Amino acid sequence: MSVFVIRRLMQALLVVFLMSVIVFFGVNIVGDPVYMLVSPDADQADIEAAIRRLGLDRPIWDQYLLFLKGAAQGNLGDSFIFGEPALKLILHHMPATLELAFSALMLAIVIGIPLGLFSGLYPDNPISKGIMAGSILGFSLPTFWVGLMLILLFAVELGWLPSTGRGDTATIFGIETSLATWDGLRHIFLPALNLALLKISLAIRLTRAGVREAMSQDYVKYARAKGISTRRIIFVHVMKNIMIPVVTVMGLEFGSLIGFSVVTETIFAWPGMGKLLIDAILQLDRPVVVAYLMIMVLFFVVINLVVDILYSILDPRVRLQDQGA
Amino acid sequence: MRKLTAAAAVSVSVFALLTGAASAEKLTIGLASEPTAMDPHFHNLGPNNAISYHLFDRLIAQDEKQRLSPGLAVSWQPIDELTWEFKLREGVKFHDGSDFNADDFICTMERAPDVPNSPSGFGTYLKGKSFKKIDDYTVHISTETPYPLMANDISTIPVISDSAGCGAATEDFNTGTAAIGTGPFKFGSYKPGESITMVRNDDYWGEAPIWSEVDFRPIKSGPSRVAALLAGDVDMIASVPTTDIGVLEGKDEIQLSQGVSNRVIYLHLDQFRENSPFVKGTDGSDIKNPLLDQRVRLAISKSINRNAIVDRVMEGVALPAGQLLPEGFFGVSENLQPIDYDPNGAKELLAEAGYPDGFQLTIHGPNDRYINDAKIAEAIGQMLTRVGIKTAVETMPRSVYFGRASRGGADGKPEFSFILVGWGAGSGEASSPLKSLIHTYDKDKGFGSSNRGRHSNAEIDAKIEEALRTVDDEKRQDLLAEATEMAINDVAIIPTHFQVNTWAAKKGLKYIPRTDEYTLAMGVVKE
Repeated sequence: MSVFVIRRLMQALLVVFLMSVIVFFGVNIVGDPVYMLVSPDADQADIEAAIRRLGLDRPIWDQYLLFLKGAAQGNLGDSFIFGEPALKLILHHMPATLELAFSALMLAIVIGIPLGLFSGLYPDNPISKGIMAGSILGFSLPTFWVGLMLILLFAVELGWLPSTGRGDTATIFGIETSLATWDGLRHIFLPALNLALLKISLAIRLTRAGVREAMSQDYVKYARAKGISTRRIIFVHVMKNIMIPVVTVMGLEFGSLIGFSVVTETIFAWPGMGKLLIDAILQLDRPVVVAYLMIMVLFFVVINLVVDILYSILDPRVRLQDQGA
Repeated sequence: MRKLTAAAAVSVSVFALLTGAASAEKLTIGLASEPTAMDPHFHNLGPNNAISYHLFDRLIAQDEKQRLSPGLAVSWQPIDELTWEFKLREGVKFHDGSDFNADDFICTMERAPDVPNSPSGFGTYLKGKSFKKIDDYTVHISTETPYPLMANDISTIPVISDSAGCGAATEDFNTGTAAIGTGPFKFGSYKPGESITMVRNDDYWGEAPIWSEVDFRPIKSGPSRVAALLAGDVDMIASVPTTDIGVLEGKDEIQLSQGVSNRVIYLHLDQFRENSPFVKGTDGSDIKNPLLDQRVRLAISKSINRNAIVDRVMEGVALPAGQLLPEGFFGVSENLQPIDYDPNGAKELLAEAGYPDGFQLTIHGPNDRYINDAKIAEAIGQMLTRVGIKTAVETMPRSVYFGRASRGGADGKPEFSFILVGWGAGSGEASSPLKSLIHTYDKDKGFGSSNRGRHSNAEIDAKIEEALRTVDDEKRQDLLAEATEMAINDVAIIPTHFQVNTWAAKKGLKYIPRTDEYTLAMGVVKE
């Protein structure tokens, strides 16, 4: 067992190292950040001083070694634009993105599963057909367009909700979140709905397919024959069985919610990591881009590692296979 | 039902009246670009300088047309060839109640060029100057050579407090503890990406602002900014996208304010290489660089229909340009007009220069830096193709473009042959573009730093340098105008248009447009 864990750990470290090479060199050969930073009034000497200060006069492998050295000590470099540690900036913007992704996931579950259940139980009902047609729109309409339409409808025409920004926040359990205030909830609803749209469609389709398959299974027929009420069959027996794929997929999609939040955050001026990243890319704030990507790499590598280890505990065959290989 | 709607409408308007009266003193502004810090010396960049204007005064203020007026200094004049005397304003208090005096000024000038981790500081304006306190309200600034632009340079530096700010780090300004100035507003809160709030400084030495509270919200996406204004979430927005101007003009509840900026959009032409990489003969072969010939450059200028660019591409929101700054600025020439569109004249000039069939050229430009920049490059490409110069268009993000355009070629020289760029004269007078764009590239003296076509003319250089030594305003103004005329006649660069900026506010509010493109709460007035 420990051999297995050690081997997996080594592999994870190798992946992180290789990704750091790809990310660092990929980001550092594009463009020239100096001209994004210096004032136009700066003369040649000022520009050269800026190049030296940012370490851009060094050969790129030298810059990479410096980065590795810093990274080993938990320092992923200072933002060119804000002059603060990139890691600190990202962590500062992380709660806003997480609460947005979390709210979107909740909306997907609360809206998607009941609708999917209904259209799975009554596939020929016109309402079900409407739900399915709607879910196709949810899949195919571009997020930035839907976002603008939501703002136009709910903020400009109806005036029910604020158009952009994060609103008031309050601190619960030491985390500053807008989910704790009414004003914050009003602000988060539209961006969360926009972000959730694709996932709602996904939840509808997964649930519907699961329900339709389960309804024709023997255990449902047997339960019916035993005279159990329809309500109990659906909400206890069917739901239990179809929830497994839905929960698995939704859990995996949480990562992509964080990733896809870039567009939504830009449209709704939501101060999260996605907006920080897109600004950093546009302004060529290389340390922030590199740090963001490294955090994401680390995030996924750790999840995979944990899953691998859990599998090997749950299923000895995985462990044995690995030893045989 | 109709009755109900009518009742609802009445109650809504009553509500609007009530809230209008109650919140009239609070102003919310949607910004297109956000400052990178609250430290006024951290980053010498438009959005940072605009925000710092609220909290910190300069010794000399620039008004909406960038004309100089007394700020924390009441008077300034040269007392000999090399020394300027500044008399400081007495009785001015910082936000924390301490008095402003010469010590604050001296320590500001020491800190401004040298902030740790600063991406680009104010050293450019303070080079070669030494500062001396004479008494509490008199300071002398001396230079090694006569220096007429002293007042312009000093007008860029925000003054911070000796006790609260000079020893502080950028972070202390961001939290507010060090953001103590003498300006019309006091620091409220700073949440990067979310909002910047300020409250009125009731003890302000100048005219106190009408707004008791200001909230700046960065909303980068243009359509979202417009929507936020229409939804009433913000009272005013900066940088209205040109495509939305028509829509907003038709709305009664919106008021637009427009003003020309100090930014000229122009073309640089390769004038330093015999073989320019993006110039080819009609058959694609290498030819001697035709852009070295003044007649060819003039032909290109004549083949550009400036009015069409302004009317069609810019939707009327720009002014055709015939020189480096729009009229009204210090040092512009009264004799220069935009060059007329004359395709036949252009063809004749090309034939005279030995290119009756034209040649092949590529225009490079950014696609996310200036208003409609990529569309302008495309329009120019088509106009040149019409007179026989077959022009390909290549645009790219500014993060890639400016590096390549400045030092992407061999030996760190500019890479492209023909480029679209813009220049905003931060000092608000003509020496700024002349020095950086027209003067021969000279690393040691710091001239021609943005001269990406490497135009070089010794006579114009001499004229510019003479102007930069001439302290007498009237004489300098004439010298700058003459240098501009010489540069335009030599077609050193080809100006196409001046950008016009648009602000939009809800009805009843108006913005006094600024040529430096800053968005200031002090400039928002009630009608």
